[in-house]
Amino acid sequence: MRATPADRTQTTSTPYLICALAWFLPGAGHFWLGRRQKGIVFLVALSLMFAFGLWLQGRLFPFEITQPLVALMAVADVGVGLPYFVARTAGIGAGDVVAITYEYGNTFIIAAGLLNMLVVLDAFDIAKGRK
Amino acid sequence: MVIFSLFVSVVFAVLTRDDPREQIKFGARLFGGFIGAGILMGWLLYPLPL
Repeated sequence: MRATPADRTQTTSTPYLICALAWFLPGAGHFWLGRRQKGIVFLVALSLMFAFGLWLQGRLFPFEITQPLVALMAVADVGVGLPYFVARTAGIGAGDVVAITYEYGNTFIIAAGLLNMLVVLDAFDIAKGRK
Repeated sequence: MVIFSLFVSVVFAVLTRDDPREQIKFGARLFGGFIGAGILMGWLLYPLPL
């Protein structure tokens, strides 16, 4: 569905705010832009994916600049927004490196964050009237 | 692998398609592709030692 000229006029003033919102709460950007079904699907799917990763003993990686790969994984983790901060605050996500599901859990958490970054870019395109 | 494929397929399908019918078709194709590629890769790597 392409944005109408009226939509474009309305939305182009706040694309960065929408990006911030879309990052902070998965799907919120699409919800804000009137694409509610997509917003709900993103919220449910990405939150579940993140929660599933934590349940599989995945780890929320720390920002360690001395270890570039760990730092990159930390950036990917933060990409999911609010669920990350909730988990951090609740003390979840220490990870159990000897658990058989550890790497699977990490994959779920990282993929959830990276997919949310794509969702943010999509929300930006919609806000700019490109889609 | 199946659950991961399901989540990723759903997000990609909803992200790249606007029509619900198209979303279902593309999502199903993507999901099948993930599973097929996973099984194929599994068999290709099977002869390799750990």
